[in-house]
Order: sequence, then C-alpha cells, then structure tokens
Amino acid sequence: MTSATIYKRELSSYFSQPTAYAIMVIFLALSMGLTFSFGNFMRVGDASLEWTFFFWHPWIYMLLAPAVGMKLWADEQRTGTIELLGTFPLSTWSAIIGKFLAAATVWLAALLLTFPIVATVNYLGDPDNGAIFSGYIGSFLVCCTFLAITMLVSACTRDQVVCLIVSVAICVTMVLCGYDDFTRELGKAASPTIVEAVTSIGVWEHFRSLNRGLFRLQDFVWFGSFIVVCLLGTSAILSAKRA
Amino acid sequence: MIEVESLTKQFGSKRAVDNLSFTVKKGEVLGFLGPNGAGKSTTMRMITGFIPPTSGDAKVCGISIIDDPTAAKTRIGYLPESAPLYNDMTVTGFLRFCAEVRGIRGSARNEAVEKAIETCFLTGVAKQSIDTLSKGYRHRTCLAQSLLHDPDVLILDEPTDGLDPNQKHEVRQLIKRLGEKKAILFSTHILEEVEAACTRAVIVDRGRIVADGTPAQLLEQSGTGSLTDLFRRLTTRDTEAAA
Repeated sequence: MTSATIYKRELSSYFSQPTAYAIMVIFLALSMGLTFSFGNFMRVGDASLEWTFFFWHPWIYMLLAPAVGMKLWADEQRTGTIELLGTFPLSTWSAIIGKFLAAATVWLAALLLTFPIVATVNYLGDPDNGAIFSGYIGSFLVCCTFLAITMLVSACTRDQVVCLIVSVAICVTMVLCGYDDFTRELGKAASPTIVEAVTSIGVWEHFRSLNRGLFRLQDFVWFGSFIVVCLLGTSAILSAKRA
Repeated sequence: MIEVESLTKQFGSKRAVDNLSFTVKKGEVLGFLGPNGAGKSTTMRMITGFIPPTSGDAKVCGISIIDDPTAAKTRIGYLPESAPLYNDMTVTGFLRFCAEVRGIRGSARNEAVEKAIETCFLTGVAKQSIDTLSKGYRHRTCLAQSLLHDPDVLILDEPTDGLDPNQKHEVRQLIKRLGEKKAILFSTHILEEVEAACTRAVIVDRGRIVADGTPAQLLEQSGTGSLTDLFRRLTTRDTEAAA
C-alpha cells in the first residue's frame, strides 16, 4: 500500500516536471530516426523490427535510462527528504519498489508511444507480431535492468551528475560487452573463457533471443535476477549509509 | 511516552551520543539544549528510527524503536533539522502524500491536511508550489507534516530555526499548546525558548546530559539567574573541544 503511495508521488513528479516529456520525445525521435536512417527500414524490405528498430534500443537506453533513474535516491539524499522517508512508518523496500516502478512506467509509456512503427510494418507487410511483442518485452527488460543499475548507483551518491556518469559507464559496458564486433576483437586478444565471461554480462544474448520471438526461461531469469540483485543492493546501501 | 535508555552512538572513533537516558511524559515539553555538535540531532534521529543506535534503546509509547520500528514510527511526528520537502509538489500535495504514507486516506486524509494547514498558518500558500516558498513557510510546512496523524509524541529538531520573531512566537505558542496533550521533545540553542515553551529542559554536551530540570531549577542552578551563564559554564566551547 505504501509502495503505491510512493509510486504515485514519483510518477506525478516525473510528469509535473519536464523529465518524462523530454525523455519520451528524445526517445521517440532517436528510435524512429535511427530506424529510418541507419536501420534502412524502408529499403530492407523485411517485415520485421528486429534489426531496424529494436536493435537500436540498448544503445539509446544506455544513455537515457540513467537520466530517468538518477534522481531517485540521489535527490532524496541531497535535499534530506530521505530523513522523512526513513522516519515514516514504511519499509525501505516498499520505497524502492515504488520508485523503481515509477521510473519503469515512464519508460513503458515511451515504449508504447512507438506503436506507429508496429502499425506501419503491419500495413506494409505481414510481420510476426508475436516476435514483435516479445521484442518489446526484451526491450523493456533491458531498460528495467539499466534503471535498476542506475538506482543502485543513485543510492551511493547525493550528486545526480556523478550518478549519471557512473551509471552510463556501467550501461555502456553492458551493451558493448555482448556486442559482436567487440567480442570478435576481444577474441583475438583473449582466451575463449575470458570472452565468454565478458559476453555473459552483456545484454545482447538475452535481448536478441527475445527479439527473435524466443521465450527462454534463462533470459527472464537473467534479467530478473539482475534487477532483483540491484534493488537488494540499493536497500543494503541505503541501510548501511544510515548506520 | 518517550523513554530513552542508555542510548549510545559511535561514529568511527567519535562518540556522538554517550549513554544518554531520559524520559518525557505525556503533557511534558522537554527542551533539548546544547552547543552545536553536542549530539542533539543524532539522538533525535535515533529515537525516530532514522539511524540505528550503537547500543541502548528508545521506547515510544512503550514500543521499542529497535524491535518494532514501524509501529513506533506511527506514534511519532518528526521535524528534521533541515525541514526537508519535495520541492516539486504543492503544500497541499505534499501533505496529502505524507498523510497517505501514514495510512490516512479518503476524507480523513483531506480533513487531516486541512487541520494541519490551519494549525501551521499555511492557508495562504496551500496551493503554492513548495520551491516558491520562503524559509519560514517551508519550515512550517514540514512542521505541518509532523502533525498530520495527531501523534502522541512529537520530536522537533530546531523548530524555530530560520523563522522571524513573529513566527517564532507563534510556533512556541503552538508547541506549548500541543504539549498539553502530547509528549514533546524539541531541540534548540535559543535559551529564551526554554522559558517560553518548556516544562523541563536538559543540557547536553559531547553526548552527555550535564543539567536536567525545570526552567526554574536551571535558573537556580546557574546562581546568576541567567541560563546563558549556566550554559556557558557547563558546555564545552568549540575552541576547547578542538584542543
């Protein structure tokens, strides 16, 4: 119940300030722009969104997701409102859940606003809508993973800029690590074990299988456990900071 | 209603609060005096459950803040020192949020918010955004937040800090009035406030109680009839503490 109250407050704070709108506009402009320019959506002649549309999402999220999540705890610590939250009769955990869900909702709204591309591809051809649906799920899970990381970093600092820089760095690493060109280069220099270890922290393997319409349990477990671990870490850091 | 039992807080090698014990009964207003850095805020943060004590316990209405923090927190109204607020909300919006977090909903919520706004003289700014408020109004908005759920125990960290003389007077009258039915612990380093609002006062220095009594007793103890003299005699000055 208290999670719902926190959720409501955070969400209205996103929408009463320009944050949510700025993120949505930039996300839509970038995702559509990349789809039609570098994605060659019109020329490929393929009624799927895997390479033309979803391919760009991790690249956009790695820069924009931290911008949504950076204030979650950093601002709370800078303005001292964490002292209010800490003395209200609610658990840290319910505040974490409420805040995380609010940030995720902003992204869900941004993602849902890309529906014209689904309509377009259906109008032009005969795509596998199941694969598109699972592509959306994969995209949203990547985004939530980045938000969870940002939240964890945000709990460590009271400075939003520091939080943004550190989270972007982590997210960029996670995007690059599983990316083919990068792993190929790494393969020339390092042993296969190392390459495999590095690739495993990348998002691509899990994102791509969902993109192809595969619902593999292991991908959901990977995303889910990553998010849960980050949120647990947030809780641990917040309690450790108070002691 | 507030029972503090040998509360201790250690920050690294520094003992901020040293084996502090005192009680505040219903109908009592206890002034918490002491120089900056004496451990007043730390003590209050421990009683309100914001930071855990190194050892000792605090009971609010018989409920231990360590064993059952959530239940104890519902009995406490707390005004943190910096009067933190969510700047992106309006005064009414903020108070409604605080009421909801405390489980007050529906018409009861609106009534509680209206009453708190009236009590703290906020009617004129109720619809205003918090970031446009002057310091006095900010302080009183945060004070209003602590009164919403009509708590048995009020803990106010420098409630008159940053207010003009008129506002100070009003807040002191308010504390006095509320103190008839509640247990109030408030910190200050304005000595006149003790005579104006307290039924009892303790002076703390370097985490220990160095004087305890009614304002009249303290005046007697001072020998000169001046609280300032007593305060200066009993507490350590910054220059000495550093030496």
